[in-house]
Amino acid sequence: MFKVLDHEMVPRHEILTSQEKKEVLERFNVDKEQLPKVLDSDPVVKETGAKIGDVMRIIRKSQTAGESVYYRVVVSG
Amino acid sequence: MVVTDKIGSIEFSIFSPELIKNLARVRVVTSDLYDADGYPVEGGVMDPRLGVIDPGLHCRTCSGGIGDCPGHFGYLELAKPIIHMLYTKTIYHLLKLTCRKCNRIMIKESREEVLDKIHLTSPSKCPFCKTKQKKITFAKPYAYYADKTELNPLDIRERFEKIPAKDLKRIGIRGGRPEWLILTLFPVPPVTIRPSITLEGGERSEDDLTHKLVDIVRINQSLKENIDIGAPEFILNDLWELVQYHISTYFDNELTGAPLARHRSGRALKGLVQRLKAKEGRIRGNLLGKRVNFSARTVISPDPTISINEVGVPEIVARELTVPVYVTKLNMKRVKDLFRAEKINYVIRPDGRRIKVTKENKRELMNSAVADWVVDRQLENGDIVLFNRQPSLHRISMMAHRIKIMPYRTFRIAPSVCPPYNADFDGDEMNLHVPQTVEARTEALLLMDVQNNIISPKFGGPIIGCDLDQISGLYLLTEKGYVLNREDASQLFASAGIDMELPDEKEFTGKELFSLLLPKGLNMEFKAQCCKSCDKCLKRDCKHDAWVLIKNGVVLKGRIDKKSVGAEKGRIINKLGRLYSKEEIRGFIDNSGRLGVAFLMRRGFSLGLSDLDLPEGVRKDIAEEIEKGIKESDTLIEKFRKNEMRILPGMTAKDSLEAQIMNALASGVSRVSDIVIENIKTNDIVHMYTSGAKGSVINTTQMAAVVGQETILGKRIKRGYLNRTLSHIKKGDLSPQSHGFVPRGFKHGLTPFGLFWNIMNGREGLMDKSLRTRKSGYMQRRLVNALQDLKVMHDGTVRNSVGEIIQFRAGEDGIDPSKSDWGKLEWREEVK
Repeated sequence: MFKVLDHEMVPRHEILTSQEKKEVLERFNVDKEQLPKVLDSDPVVKETGAKIGDVMRIIRKSQTAGESVYYRVVVSG
Repeated sequence: MVVTDKIGSIEFSIFSPELIKNLARVRVVTSDLYDADGYPVEGGVMDPRLGVIDPGLHCRTCSGGIGDCPGHFGYLELAKPIIHMLYTKTIYHLLKLTCRKCNRIMIKESREEVLDKIHLTSPSKCPFCKTKQKKITFAKPYAYYADKTELNPLDIRERFEKIPAKDLKRIGIRGGRPEWLILTLFPVPPVTIRPSITLEGGERSEDDLTHKLVDIVRINQSLKENIDIGAPEFILNDLWELVQYHISTYFDNELTGAPLARHRSGRALKGLVQRLKAKEGRIRGNLLGKRVNFSARTVISPDPTISINEVGVPEIVARELTVPVYVTKLNMKRVKDLFRAEKINYVIRPDGRRIKVTKENKRELMNSAVADWVVDRQLENGDIVLFNRQPSLHRISMMAHRIKIMPYRTFRIAPSVCPPYNADFDGDEMNLHVPQTVEARTEALLLMDVQNNIISPKFGGPIIGCDLDQISGLYLLTEKGYVLNREDASQLFASAGIDMELPDEKEFTGKELFSLLLPKGLNMEFKAQCCKSCDKCLKRDCKHDAWVLIKNGVVLKGRIDKKSVGAEKGRIINKLGRLYSKEEIRGFIDNSGRLGVAFLMRRGFSLGLSDLDLPEGVRKDIAEEIEKGIKESDTLIEKFRKNEMRILPGMTAKDSLEAQIMNALASGVSRVSDIVIENIKTNDIVHMYTSGAKGSVINTTQMAAVVGQETILGKRIKRGYLNRTLSHIKKGDLSPQSHGFVPRGFKHGLTPFGLFWNIMNGREGLMDKSLRTRKSGYMQRRLVNALQDLKVMHDGTVRNSVGEIIQFRAGEDGIDPSKSDWGKLEWREEVK
């Protein structure tokens, strides 16, 4: 079966542990609502099995920085 | 009064007839405007109770004067109901949705749907009373039909009145009844929104809306009279239709399907919609942008002798524009001097009176001048003004300059500040604004001064620097081994206007002279523009003198060119801009530019046809290379015809042929280019392109040897007649010459075909340019609107106005481009 995450253009996705999640929210001094969102209907979310309210760490290739880290919170939709 | 409460919510709804009546102070009954004595008629659309527009008079309703009285509505009783043309769509949907018998919304109560979606449905049978429905059609601009019979507004209104309120709620209609969409009372707006103007001679000219209102009232009145006398049906219908037309064009005079309502002169009248809509409408023309005072606009022209932070202002402009001066005991003498010199245009007395200063009253005003007065002083040399060129695409499209009053009628700017404004002198005009307060001037000086904006915020390099002849001059001056004696050197500096003591030497090299402009302590090392990209770079031992080495402010090696002092690329300017004072860098740009031009004037700089001469043998070689390219194409065509040609992956046979022909010809041309560059005598053309001042190797090749392939949309020229580009060519000819290849150079002259191809390409370029700028302009506008309130916060995140994170690190690398060196952090050099 084809996996979205295996595709070259799809960056690495990790689900944060609740400890990590707390650290991220603390580091940026934000509520979960202020994080960028990703729908739970998103193929990547389905594949990784993330639940609504989980935060994903996305590690992308970046033209300017080599590698960049992004966070998204899973929301329903 | 400042209101600080927050608005909780706003609801928009439609006026009910009751509300229209309650808001009104006047019942309009006559279409007459003024009586025989010129006084407004009561009950007319200029009724004095509708507000005041004449200075000095007071409102009959609120007794306020002009400015205090906001104006008051009136109303007109329509003889027959009229469809509000801005709601024709809503009326149409409602007609389709309601049952013609039981008047219910024909959707089962259980179905929860969005209004927009419901609009698409039109049930053929009522789910409640099972009545079969007629097909409702809508004909622009305002006619409705049930099957084939027309529904008049009266019928529609009756139907709407019967729609139960609970049904309306279900389809999202709140705060109003649908029958209000069909007008029975017509609101007559206050005169304040349609002021009449008095022409000289006392004749009054009414606003378009007033004209329209008169029409409405008049036809409505005659409709009413005809009804009263029991006129035949067809006459009534004609008049009814006419009232409908006038009211519709009063709202919007660009209706599809209705003829334009015209003024007596034939000019189209302005409806309410036209007042608001488009570029010159109320929103874009008066709210988002306004006309301003204290501004000037004229053509710009270059003056290489003024500084980059100056602007030459014509005397006529300087005499008209003013700056307020607050008169105090301390500056009384200066103010009186200004009066004597006729440098004051207006005085404003503490009571707010504004008096124009004339030759006759200047003496008197001067003597009565006291502290607390404000005088409007004409511009003087050194005043701070804002200077701008449209389109204002980035913040450096508007910068602060100091003015320098000059004769003639154009604004003068230093050629070096053209890049940020994207200006040239082929007729460009620019705008000038005079800040009126100390705060504004200070802010302009600190934030917008040219010298504070040399480093562009978008790519991290100088956007202001030397260009064209300035670069050519410096490049030639700093040639290896170029020496001037002391006399020539001081001549040069003097003619460049550089006020500097020369060191005690008998002779100076060009590099030494240029170094005098550099600050002590500057150390740099970099590749120059004239670098030939040799296989093995010898760095400091470069044979072409293309490795610039600066130690302690002295150019030891390398020629100064675009990479050193040019706009966008100049390394020296970049470094000075970051490490030295703004004054220093401004002085450097001014002086180096003038030095370059002055040297060029001394040396002479010209080019002619003979500069493109190539030896006989070389010309033969070139002809051979071109021939080779054409031959190669011909063999490709032959192979293509025999189906033997190599087909490239992802392409059709035809495409591969095209690609391979283009390739063959391009490599031929590039070989020619190499030959030209190798054999052309070193002359001023060569100096220009090696220093980066202007022109390129391709330009030179096209002039001296071969123009090469002309393209349309990136492809060989294909358009024209059936299977051929021109009627002089055989059908199906695929050869290079018949598809835009120009085998000759501009100097030798093009063949008729070649000329034609060249013109085709040129026209495409022209079209493309105008289309591209429009498209990219709109794209940028959309981007700016979307991104305008994003902000880089102190923790390096990018957030929007409600604090949502957009990026966790600005630009993913956290680099501020305005503080970078061309997008990168060049810390290594600084550490060393």
